[in-house]
Amino acid sequence: MSANTAVKKKAVNRSEMTKAQWTWKEIKRNKTAYVMIAPFVILFFIFTILPVGVSIVLSFTDFNMLQTPNIVWMENYITLFLDDDIFITSVKNTFIFAAIVGPGSYLLSFICAWFINELSPKIRSIVTLIFYSPSISGGAYLMWSIVFSSDSYGYANALLIDLGFISMPIQWFQNADYVMPICIVVALWTSLGTAFLSFIAGFQGVDHSLYEAGAVDGIKNRWQELWYITLPTMKPQLMFGAVMAITQAFGFGAIVTSLAGFPSVDYAAHTIMHHLEDYGTTRWEVGYASAIATVLFLIMYGSNALVKKLLSKVGN
Amino acid sequence: MAKKLRTRKHRVVLNRSYGGDIGIGFFLFLMGLFLFIPMYYTVIQSLKPLDELWMFPPRFYVMSPTFNNFKDLFNLMNTSWVPFSRYIFNTVFISVAGTFGNLLLSSMCAYALAKIKFPGRQAIFALIVASLMFHSTVSAIANFITLSWLGWIDTYLARIVPAWCTSLGLYLMKQFMETNVNNAVLESARIDGATEWKTFWVIAMPMVKPAWLTLVCYSFKDLWNSGASIYIQSEQLKTFNYAVSQLVSDGISRQGASAAATVISMLVPILVFVISQSNIIETMGSSGMKD
Repeated sequence: MSANTAVKKKAVNRSEMTKAQWTWKEIKRNKTAYVMIAPFVILFFIFTILPVGVSIVLSFTDFNMLQTPNIVWMENYITLFLDDDIFITSVKNTFIFAAIVGPGSYLLSFICAWFINELSPKIRSIVTLIFYSPSISGGAYLMWSIVFSSDSYGYANALLIDLGFISMPIQWFQNADYVMPICIVVALWTSLGTAFLSFIAGFQGVDHSLYEAGAVDGIKNRWQELWYITLPTMKPQLMFGAVMAITQAFGFGAIVTSLAGFPSVDYAAHTIMHHLEDYGTTRWEVGYASAIATVLFLIMYGSNALVKKLLSKVGN
Repeated sequence: MAKKLRTRKHRVVLNRSYGGDIGIGFFLFLMGLFLFIPMYYTVIQSLKPLDELWMFPPRFYVMSPTFNNFKDLFNLMNTSWVPFSRYIFNTVFISVAGTFGNLLLSSMCAYALAKIKFPGRQAIFALIVASLMFHSTVSAIANFITLSWLGWIDTYLARIVPAWCTSLGLYLMKQFMETNVNNAVLESARIDGATEWKTFWVIAMPMVKPAWLTLVCYSFKDLWNSGASIYIQSEQLKTFNYAVSQLVSDGISRQGASAAATVISMLVPILVFVISQSNIIETMGSSGMKD
């Protein structure tokens, strides 16, 4: 960067001053840049960074929005992990849910994008539209509650009765065995989102001459082509897609609530997100809810770090 | 090369077996069915007359399509004490105001981060990238405290202002500017005496049309799809999607009307995507993340 700034007339010669002096000069020289980023960055700090700090601080208190908070240190965390059975259930459910939906949506996005890339451009854009639509069409997942409606007018029940598998309609969302699997299917249905588009673009962006060179070098089939040429070239997209898929896998609380109700039967689909919502916005035990939020935050961050580590091995 | 080369539209196709092509076609077909059928079913359901909605077993097609469900929906909504048009106005207003602010703030910030070398820019961008990794559910309660401190609870501001600073929008915009705006062009404009603002607005912005269309599409889709929120209590400020979800939860008796409402709510984001698809794919081309 110094090479670039050195050409400019007003640029300062770095060797003549200390690092602090130089930084201050650079800050003054780039005043406009700070004005440009200010509106976004200020709001970003207020609504995205600050909440994380606030949650961590409040998680050590018994704040309830009304009284002055007292500091209770680790009490919230101790209650959470030792006395709150529903929280343990919710952690288990969250891990099951995220472990299936996260990698599931990632792999589906990748495989679909890879296969779609084999199609001709016109068909490709139509298929992309069909595949991507469920993830952007907000309320459309509510149709699944009609498919799995508990009377015989629901599609799933009608089909099963028609085929003779069952004689009475199944109460899908009242049965703890079915709630989670159905929510997972619906979540996967809506999950071909940003990662999917990023992969589509990634596949299109691979230089074709690489494939030709690869064929000359003895690549025999599409699998080898994928592993030795495409994946290494697409690595940045793979990273980005992973972040999107993980974040998304922890964001399906609303879908579960509107399908399975709140609380779901026997807490069968109760995730940390629901537990957080319950204590945070229904009971207003903000201190306790902040402890839940902090744990959730750490889980999200941990899974991202883990996946990034795994992905750095791709193509090596 | 000894083996026979396959061609597709006069281009040589390398390393593709027919068996593989058939397998791929079959997989895409099954996936397509899984993804498409619920959407199709929603549309069909909204066009069914009452007697077909109650037919057993339920059918996958409609014999005498009708728009009665849409009429019913409007009648039903007009009898509720908050008129239907108000829900629609709220959604449109929030979507437009939120998207406009987001576009303005994000593109300014993205331009500075991508094209001006000032101390601190890497740290700020690293924070924004890190924030992509956590979902907004973790910040909902803290934001409630902030918003109530600002006195914005139960106002449009609680929905609109937080939507102005989405990390994903900024990230995509910044990556796209970095790869697609030519430094030499900016440099010559600066030498000719253009201010940084002018370079940004007159030179950089027209070059990143795909990125801002993407940002508009994403932001609009998110806001359009927003449903119930803890920041909003008054019925008059609630969104169209919230009204739809209330209808659907009324159960089977409102099936026709709720399918009609769902069709309206899903049509808009899909149309926005259809218009901007090629631009979004172009933007995603530079979405990659370095570790």
